[in-house]
Amino acid sequence: MLNHYETVFILTPVLSDVQMKEAVEKFKAILTENGAIITNEENWGLKKLQYPIQKKSSGFYSLLQFDAESTIIATLETQFRRDERVLRFLSFRLDKYAFEYAEKRKSIKSKEVKEN
Amino acid sequence: MAANNGDIRYLTPPSVDVKKKKYCRFKKSGIRYIDYKDAEFLKKFLNEQGKILPRRLTGTSLKFQRKVAQAVKRARHIALLPYVTDMMK
Repeated sequence: MLNHYETVFILTPVLSDVQMKEAVEKFKAILTENGAIITNEENWGLKKLQYPIQKKSSGFYSLLQFDAESTIIATLETQFRRDERVLRFLSFRLDKYAFEYAEKRKSIKSKEVKEN
Repeated sequence: MAANNGDIRYLTPPSVDVKKKKYCRFKKSGIRYIDYKDAEFLKKFLNEQGKILPRRLTGTSLKFQRKVAQAVKRARHIALLPYVTDMMK
């Protein structure tokens, strides 16, 4: 059964813009190779962390939303743990209200893109 | 002359507490999902040390208190909110 998932991860601030995009692409590739459909992606850019993680006080935030089987999460999280560029990650399944909210957020975002 | 027909009279009028009824803001405004990404909003449910405020102060219903707690914990994990702090507001 396909579920809706959302994952946020923080990359170290030492990366350059290109390296950061490359890391995001890597995780997207892992997802698509395992049969996930990416429905939304957001890049929040470099943000200040509220408390230091691995002695870093800022990080690149990325968000991915995707539809996939539940087994994919284990694969993805193993990859997160192995990659030392990742400071933190959080993935969870969207329930129906969260999904509604995510869809709304997505449509607002796409509208903004069109206007700009 | 003041009316003095057996009424109890006070030097200072007793303060009549007008209790404002607390309500659950989520039920009232029809919010069904609490976003962990919106740290500014979640700060309404924290004290200045970054602890989650109890329901008896915020008036949130049990159903949404659980969701608030979940959202705050997620936000803390990805460093959008601090675990411990001082003088947050």
